[in-house]
Amino acid sequence: MSNFDFIETYFKGSTAVIELNRPRQLNSLNTKMISEIVVAMEAFDRNETVRVIVLSGKGRSFSAGADIDEMTEANPISLELLNQFAEWDRLALIKKPIIGAVHGFVFGGGFELALCCDVLISASNTEFAFPEVGLGVMPGAGGTQRLTKLAGRTKALEWLWTGERISAETALKHGVINKIVYPELLMEEAMKFANKLAKQPPLSLRLIKDSVNKAVDSSLYEGMQYERKNFYLLFATQDQKEGMNAFIEKRKPDYQGK
Amino acid sequence: MFETIRYDVKDGIAWLYLNRPTKLNAFIAQMNREVKEAIKAASSDDQVRCVVISGEGRAFCSGQDLSEVDENMDHGQVLRDHYGPMIMQIRKCEKPIVGAINGVAAGAGFSLALACDFRLVSERASFLNAFVHVGLIPDSGNLYYLTQLVGQAKAAELSILGEKVSAADAVDMGLANRLISVETWEEDVNAFATRLASLPTKAIGLIKRSLKAVTELSFEDYLEQEAQGQRIAGLTNDHREGINAFMGKRKPVYSGQ
Repeated sequence: MSNFDFIETYFKGSTAVIELNRPRQLNSLNTKMISEIVVAMEAFDRNETVRVIVLSGKGRSFSAGADIDEMTEANPISLELLNQFAEWDRLALIKKPIIGAVHGFVFGGGFELALCCDVLISASNTEFAFPEVGLGVMPGAGGTQRLTKLAGRTKALEWLWTGERISAETALKHGVINKIVYPELLMEEAMKFANKLAKQPPLSLRLIKDSVNKAVDSSLYEGMQYERKNFYLLFATQDQKEGMNAFIEKRKPDYQGK
Repeated sequence: MFETIRYDVKDGIAWLYLNRPTKLNAFIAQMNREVKEAIKAASSDDQVRCVVISGEGRAFCSGQDLSEVDENMDHGQVLRDHYGPMIMQIRKCEKPIVGAINGVAAGAGFSLALACDFRLVSERASFLNAFVHVGLIPDSGNLYYLTQLVGQAKAAELSILGEKVSAADAVDMGLANRLISVETWEEDVNAFATRLASLPTKAIGLIKRSLKAVTELSFEDYLEQEAQGQRIAGLTNDHREGINAFMGKRKPVYSGQ
């Protein structure tokens, strides 16, 4: 992959891994890093050999938040012209499964980045927080929206208003993360989950993600119609034939993503 | 660096002495903080493979220093701010922690002893859940640990009647691990700690995680954590050393890694 300043990427089988790579700054996010993540994600999304994307952070933490230095002098006009959050919108358009493997501090923008993932595997030592309120601001890259959709208004307001740290157990209890693992095994467990998904029919995964995302934003009726069309569409795939034939022939299916 | 405690690391053992002997090592906020900091330091120090907590002078710890207590204070907030963080730091520590109970362990001093993995008791030691005598309830995790060690019935007796437990009775009821005579106290404590410091430290840390998981998780989740713990243990040098020593019919030498 091309050279990045703030992330590192590598392939393991059909999984592409993106690692935030500013460990001395606890992977605090700057605009360049976000651009690099988006560029890498979009490249992996188009790359036919990639079936799953894993996002993690090097060093002691996933990400302690946005680079405050970049923002102290900002004003509404400069923010509007910079339009930095437009990059984040592109993350929501990634079609392949994104597995976040988080540990240590997952704060502010780091938490928002984690919430852009489809599945979150968390180390047991992880602490989540939106500390923006303590700086006289608030999350601006989807934090108030995505957290509320996951945990509900009650907890979202409590956590966003107080800025307090949330343990992995609490995050699990409120549906923010999928699984807690021992810190030593974070990447191993994330890769295990990635491998499990990599064996599933890619187009099914893709349209399931598309349909589930639709559910978050639409009426039940509208979502049902949308789901139905996606369901029908899968009957145009070779993998549907392969899956059903393998079932009848009592063998393991081999999906091509076509 | 510390004023209310003594902290030294020697031969793989971190010795933490509560050091306010003229006050029977009673807790003040500074001592809560220093115990917490020392345990944190021991936890992240690769040289440390065992922690011993004991008291200077004739007491282990007499509990909260009443000179710091005033009628208007919020007792709950004192726990949240001072005792809770200290006890939590001890709970998070992945090194084996020995409470070397040299004398009376009363109130929060009793709680501190309970938070350790082992309790070695001198003949001079005693335990006293003194809280009820001043109209308070056992705190700093006291009943959480006490019920696990001695069961509900005995824990109710000790905390509601507030009767003193002698060192010998403590061993009998499973509250303490070993009774040690005054004459051999230092030598025996040192031998016990030295033995712990020579064991596979990483595995001990993982065993401690499983012991905690027993009280925190459903059986299904416990089995999953157990599998993760065994996976990590299986990757350690000490596991390989243990197997090699067994095959080679020699004594294993563990590095703790």
